[in-house]
Amino acid sequence: MIFRRFLPPCFLLALSLGCAGPERGAPADTRLVVLAASSLREAFTAIADDFKHEHPNVTVSFNFAGSQELSTQLEHGAVADVLASADMRQMKRAVASRRAVAPRIFAHNELAIVLSRQGVVPVRSLADLPNLDRIVLGAPEVPVGRYTSQVLAKASARFGEDFRSRVEAKVVSRELNVRQVLAKVTLGEAQAGLAYRTDAVTVGDRVAVVTIPADLNVLAEYPIAVIADAPHPDAARAFADWVLSPRGQRALLEAGFTPANSAGVP
Amino acid sequence: MTSRGLVLQRRVLVLSGAVLVLFLALPLMALLLSTSFTDFRDGLQHPLVRPALRLSLLTTLCSVVLVVLFGTPLSWTLSQARGRWARTVETLVQLPIVLPPAVAGVALLFAFGRRGVFAGWFYPEGHSVTFTTAAVVIAEVFVSAPFFVQAATSAFRRIDPELLIVARSFGATPWRVFLRVALPLAAPGVVAGAAMSWARALGEFGATLMFAGNLQGETQTLPLAIYAALESDLRAAQALSVLLMLVAFTLLLVVRGALRRATEAHEVTS
Repeated sequence: MIFRRFLPPCFLLALSLGCAGPERGAPADTRLVVLAASSLREAFTAIADDFKHEHPNVTVSFNFAGSQELSTQLEHGAVADVLASADMRQMKRAVASRRAVAPRIFAHNELAIVLSRQGVVPVRSLADLPNLDRIVLGAPEVPVGRYTSQVLAKASARFGEDFRSRVEAKVVSRELNVRQVLAKVTLGEAQAGLAYRTDAVTVGDRVAVVTIPADLNVLAEYPIAVIADAPHPDAARAFADWVLSPRGQRALLEAGFTPANSAGVP
Repeated sequence: MTSRGLVLQRRVLVLSGAVLVLFLALPLMALLLSTSFTDFRDGLQHPLVRPALRLSLLTTLCSVVLVVLFGTPLSWTLSQARGRWARTVETLVQLPIVLPPAVAGVALLFAFGRRGVFAGWFYPEGHSVTFTTAAVVIAEVFVSAPFFVQAATSAFRRIDPELLIVARSFGATPWRVFLRVALPLAAPGVVAGAAMSWARALGEFGATLMFAGNLQGETQTLPLAIYAALESDLRAAQALSVLLMLVAFTLLLVVRGALRRATEAHEVTS
């Protein structure tokens, strides 16, 4: 009985983490497994370092991947303690499959225009995009592409019916993740792209960033939840609370996110 | 050795081989079994499918023609050459196999991209091959050619050197030796290499995404469409994967069948 319940998830965990077996009831060295969206890598790594100071007996292991992959892994029985997703739809999937419980929004993200440094055509706002020759956007199937489509719809309402088609006429590629959008712009293959502001922050000076005003922008919600059958439910709750605490929210702010819990964040 | 000992040895060999067959077949079987016929039929109606399938067949056809056209003379030369240079070149053309495909894509960008090292030579006008269907073919040739060269070179090496010496002593020119003696003798290996290289090009994902991008009808090949579908509609992704497997399986089976008939005919005539 126990074996049937225990073995498949154990096998999956061993596959995904190398060779770690779950350690039950061993508070001396708790290994907390956090599934987190790729865009959270920088912020969560900083948060985990901070968390470790207060909880020296907890080691946080991250599995960073696309939100869609994380929900699929959970559906197939991956053993984990915490899920932090970049997409409310994917979090709802995890809740529907009874793996995630009571998600809370911990941060917001938005889109920004990233520009190649070698650009000759000046771009000061969204309205200038159709003047370019080579634009890369996210594919409609991935979250960044869905948000891009919403921004273009709002912009078309502002700049004229044909704005979307004028931009799409200059699109040379619809990338399958936001890092590919950035790579194409960083390497100068594309002149501009739409990416999350947090991703634009990670490449630093190699691209120029133009903000999209709030009324044309989207608000991407990042939910966090404890896994229903988490091996370490107490530590999992403590980590989720930490992310929502002023210290966690400050780390997210530094990585370019808009904190969801602005109380106490300077 | 007793006959029972011989049977046991044979069984151990077959069984250990079967372990690998099972390991390779199980995921493919699981994919087939978890895709019902209606899923498959509905998945094929997905708007991503038709342009991607067309583009994949077109680009892999181009890439396999280019690989065979340039790879066969190279393999022949490598098989005949001795010495340090030949060995270095042979190792060099195998290297793309070890590169992770995304890195191969970055390398292609550095070589043939708009801001690439040689951009001044290739694109004095400022145009670039990136984001075009030609870029897909370039990526496919880069990752698949090593498989062909490896197979074709060893096929040419297996030819009995005496036959070539005899042909030359009868006054055959190097062209004639290559076309009329070496190529027919090495044909099974060359065709097998072409099939291998074609299969690798058909599955190519990482370098294409990096170097050519992803635009329906222009650069979105079947593997890229599968990845895109995976993000939105798992059943369409499964249907596309099954389709990719079926196309590859059928074509490889046809090639193998043709090859066997050709070798049998060859053995009969000689």
